[in-house]
Amino acid sequence: MRNEKTTEDIALGIRRRVFEHSMRNNGGYLSQACSAGEQLAWLYNEALNLGPPILPMIPKPFEGVPSPNNPDYHTGAGYNGPAAPEYDRLFIAPAHYALVAYATLIEVGRMAPEGLEMFNQDGSSVEMIGAEHSPGMEVHNGTLGIGLSTAAGLAFGRKLRGETGNTWVFMSDGEVQEGQTWEAVQACAFHNIEVKAIMDVNDQQCDGAMGTVMEVGDLRTKFTNFGAHCVEVDGHDLNAIRQASQEDHEGKPLIILARTNPFHAMSILEERFPRLHYVRFKSEDERARMNQSIAKDLGVDPVDYAH
Amino acid sequence: MVEMVSRPYASAFEKFAAGNPDILCLSADLTSSCEIDGFRDRHPDQFLSMGMAEQNMMSFAGGLGLAGFRPFIHTFGVFMYRRPYDQLMASIAYPRRKVRMMAFLPGVTTPGGMTHQSIEDISVMRSIPNMTILETGDATEVESICEAADSIDGPVWCRVLRGSVPRLFNTPIKVGEMRELSAGDDILVVTSGICTEEAMRARAALKKAGLSIRHLHLHTIKPFDSKALLDQIASVKHGVITLENHVTEGGVGSLVAETMADAGVGKRLIRLGLKDTYAHGGSRPYLMRYYGLDALALVRGVEDLVGQAVDITENDLDAARVDDVHSLVKAEAL
Repeated sequence: MRNEKTTEDIALGIRRRVFEHSMRNNGGYLSQACSAGEQLAWLYNEALNLGPPILPMIPKPFEGVPSPNNPDYHTGAGYNGPAAPEYDRLFIAPAHYALVAYATLIEVGRMAPEGLEMFNQDGSSVEMIGAEHSPGMEVHNGTLGIGLSTAAGLAFGRKLRGETGNTWVFMSDGEVQEGQTWEAVQACAFHNIEVKAIMDVNDQQCDGAMGTVMEVGDLRTKFTNFGAHCVEVDGHDLNAIRQASQEDHEGKPLIILARTNPFHAMSILEERFPRLHYVRFKSEDERARMNQSIAKDLGVDPVDYAH
Repeated sequence: MVEMVSRPYASAFEKFAAGNPDILCLSADLTSSCEIDGFRDRHPDQFLSMGMAEQNMMSFAGGLGLAGFRPFIHTFGVFMYRRPYDQLMASIAYPRRKVRMMAFLPGVTTPGGMTHQSIEDISVMRSIPNMTILETGDATEVESICEAADSIDGPVWCRVLRGSVPRLFNTPIKVGEMRELSAGDDILVVTSGICTEEAMRARAALKKAGLSIRHLHLHTIKPFDSKALLDQIASVKHGVITLENHVTEGGVGSLVAETMADAGVGKRLIRLGLKDTYAHGGSRPYLMRYYGLDALALVRGVEDLVGQAVDITENDLDAARVDDVHSLVKAEAL
């Protein structure tokens, strides 16, 4: 698909959509849009080689879970296009970034804006924690740590089949607390699996700043020691991300550590630090102040959420 | 004399998988222990060493399934589901990946004690939507487990016997069917896995004592044909006894109990197996005796069911086969 917008515009669009949604719904994953906007915009607008969507722009309602009695079951991967050998695949490992991922699909023309209005509505496939059937998702990743392993298996299988498409994972830094992440990296290194991952290193997790919940140390050194090719960049600097993705990582997984600011472009969120995982406004006053401040930061009008 | 077959899985898996590029053999550091060392050596292109990292192995296998492969993953049953249960659910069971979990050392078939004995795996697997459960009871079933598992459009849990395995049957597993090993109208005995051989040991003595035993062997535990079982139950007078290498909660005993309760069958049921207990380490005959999983335990269960002693002792039972503790067909003491 032809890029109609710049990646910078898409990142801004993602933040605007997540902001507007969160204001209207009295909360949302605002901080994740701040930290990951550039990464998801870059993936969809530049890095990923995807075919046109094969699912309707307005997502269908929930149509049941996989079962032998549900032959029409499909995943949400169709929003990323068909699973053809030459095309890339993407897993959103931290499924709670779904709101940000859906906003990205809209910004790049893969889902209708109405899709976001279905977010977290009963009977909708546009689930709060991205499910297998949710737009843009191909597997369940609600459990942190399983995304990289699944991508490694897929990438290995695709290599055996001679497929040329890449297998990408969008990860979050909290996942490194899970032992499975390191199991996956060592398996990739041992079996020469060139899976590609970009990790939103925002130093945040549900309980607060990672350093106060469980210190994880020097990630670059750890990933390198486990056998990955690891690059650390400013996650809001698109040129740095572009360069990192071009690094030679033959026979190894590529891990791009994108260091980010969890209130980038929404400075007022710093008031809520370190509890940024899901921002629900504590009072009408706070909601109003954030509405004004974030709208100004993003260059849009405040949201008329009363109606 | 029962024919003993040495390492039936080794040759069966190789025969099944060699030359089928969609079948991949995964191992978590228990390659010779799961009898796939020969396959690894002769078919390295289809073999993947995953190391002692079961969580990654489960999700990785899910990814291979997504790429259209049908991975057979090999480790001991306990390691296959206790630690990586979440990964098993999210990466294999939910999306119905065609992953075949070859779970070795079911129940008390290991001297390894609690950490090695999968005594509640059937209970766990039965409660997982989309899961199929097969259990081998003899060498023929081990030899046919790969084809049987690979015929399933979804994930499969297989309790696999290894080492020196008796040949009790001469027909392969037919998924969804049950084996009627003897006809009788007093008592229905339902067994699975290694307990079937024990029930066969007891049958002649029970017949001599004047009891007519109908004996069913289950190799398919899920999905399960309730109607066929109910017909069998209807044809006996006294009731049903189940005997299994598993805790009685959630296993074959529960399966029969649920089937009877759902249908309102008013007959007695005695469930034999591990009774709300872990086992400890020891030889298989010792553990089966100690925890009441053997032929004599079945005889005592029959006495309970009919309400009278049948005067059968160990000497009246058909000979138990005794494996060498350090048999050459075992990879190691475990």
